[in-house]
Amino acid sequence: MNKNTFLYAGLIIFGLAGAFIFPAYKLQLSFLYILIVLAMTWDVQGGQMGYNTFGNILFFGIGMYVASSTQIAMFFSLAEWTDAGGEKTFVHTIPQFFQGFGVGILLAGIIPTIIAGVIGYGILGLRGHYFAICTLALGIAAGELAGGIEIIGAGQGMTVPVWPKGLGSNASSSQFLYYLSFTLALVTFVTLKWAYSTRFGLVLNAIRDNEDKAEAMGIHTMRYKIIGWMVSAFFVGIAGGLMGHINGYIEPTEIAFAGPTFGVFMVLMAILGGKGTLWGPLVGATLFHLFKEGFWTYFLGWQYVALGVLIIVIVVYFPEGVMGWLREKYPERFGEVVDEADLKAQVELK
Amino acid sequence: MDLLIFQAPILMVQASMDGILLGILFALIAYGMALQWGVMNIINIAQGELVIMGGYIAYFMYLSGIHPAFGVIVSPIIMYCVGWGMYKLVINKVVDKDLFTSILATFGISILAQQLMNFAFGADVVVAQSNFGTTMLFNNSVTLPNAKIFSGAVCVISAIILVIYMKKSKLGRAIRATAQNARAAKILGVDTEKVYAATFGINAALCGIAGACIAITFTLHPYTGLPYTVRSFMIVIIAGLGNLPAVAISGMGLGVFEEWADYLLGTEFRIAAVFSLLVIILVYRRFKLARKREYLK
Repeated sequence: MNKNTFLYAGLIIFGLAGAFIFPAYKLQLSFLYILIVLAMTWDVQGGQMGYNTFGNILFFGIGMYVASSTQIAMFFSLAEWTDAGGEKTFVHTIPQFFQGFGVGILLAGIIPTIIAGVIGYGILGLRGHYFAICTLALGIAAGELAGGIEIIGAGQGMTVPVWPKGLGSNASSSQFLYYLSFTLALVTFVTLKWAYSTRFGLVLNAIRDNEDKAEAMGIHTMRYKIIGWMVSAFFVGIAGGLMGHINGYIEPTEIAFAGPTFGVFMVLMAILGGKGTLWGPLVGATLFHLFKEGFWTYFLGWQYVALGVLIIVIVVYFPEGVMGWLREKYPERFGEVVDEADLKAQVELK
Repeated sequence: MDLLIFQAPILMVQASMDGILLGILFALIAYGMALQWGVMNIINIAQGELVIMGGYIAYFMYLSGIHPAFGVIVSPIIMYCVGWGMYKLVINKVVDKDLFTSILATFGISILAQQLMNFAFGADVVVAQSNFGTTMLFNNSVTLPNAKIFSGAVCVISAIILVIYMKKSKLGRAIRATAQNARAAKILGVDTEKVYAATFGINAALCGIAGACIAITFTLHPYTGLPYTVRSFMIVIIAGLGNLPAVAISGMGLGVFEEWADYLLGTEFRIAAVFSLLVIILVYRRFKLARKREYLK
């Protein structure tokens, strides 16, 4: 029984009861959970490992396309479905919908993981800004390629199977998605908390602090980097699959491989909350979601201007994030021992 | 599709000529990027937006009845001020931070600039008509718009002027000294802050020239900036920093590659081809430069 028990219990109760307390904001909250997953998995690379990636959006998009395409292709012809566009001539029955959904979400996790493993050896060998730009290009290239492939709707995009008839209204659909995304966020959090407490987390931090030294100590850094990326890809892929259903519609460059929106959001959320901490991305995602909804509601039309300004302000003036700021302010709460004499000496030096 | 290259070889000649003239433009933008990268150690994601902004200046001259070709003189002057202001507002705070901070900060500038341009100029694809006519080559089978030849010539001339300026002038010497060792330059009395601001301004001015050329030869749209950034990044990593002949050659090579990809794969895959090429080059470079593990026997 430690002091965090109440915090965890409170968050879980909030998560479980959230669908009933705020029935009108269910989709907003599911969206928040997806954002939390994106921020936390970005932090595995960007914060813990020191590899600033813009490319996790690749797995998000792949997961989204894989989940819906599988669900459709298991029972209908994918090409005919995308040809039919929004007319929805094909309707899944209840068992079909859930079978397809389950398999689709599972594949949405597995296929990006495999892709991350395959391309990881080539891409993760790059360092610093080369890695950042390469992953940026990867995400955009994937979006442009998806926009040229006919069977998944090309630039038009494709519709996602609708909630089957006879199982309640839209409300039950959003309830279903709400609990799935909450579970995903919870599982991601628990997995990463566990992973950071093991040797794996220490190795990731060693890679961030000095990769060459870590290698000289006999750690197979490449192996850990690839595994780290695969873990991120798995969760981001599933998040993408769920996001497709939350949206109800997939479009290659604006929704699936949306570098300028989700791709930047995940970086921004992690930095806002404090990168390299377990709680930082969670706090950052929550704050960012509130900001974003505010912008999108009150500055409609100017939201991307506000986003650009927000990025510049956060990166330039607030790079340590909320958790970093708290850590600076209350170091004893983070289990750090403060040496008063040392602190005084530092002040004198300044 | 793969037979097109044999069926119509003259199309490939056409594509290559277009590609070379386009590549000269890319090389000029890449030279600006190499300059600021070498001097300030900053990768500017908003490079492409500076280009598009420069293009819109020429387009506005065209709208107000002045011939858009004069844009290549006016636009660098305005863009120099824009770059200088950008440095004073944002970039000077990220110069000494790590590279990712500058990438993300300029990414923010890029989103901001896209949106502001979208509000100011609308989301339509625009082009400034230069009415320069076209030149026919090889028995009228290859057509070259004179505007493209004009823009190629402008780029070459401005690159030559810049090289002479960097070699001979006092500011040019200060810029080169700062690039070699900023601290030593500071000790020897160079105002590095001023040098940085000037470098960023010169980069923006180069982008302005290239943008004005793009306005008369190709099309402008607020959201098409990022591919220019990626192209110039690609050229710089192939050619290295501060190697102008290599920048020119790889720029032309990229231009030819792009035009060929456009003809052989189809226009919808053109941008995808550029971005995929960047990934391939980086991964190839990583394997080429990778350290070999050797064990003592």
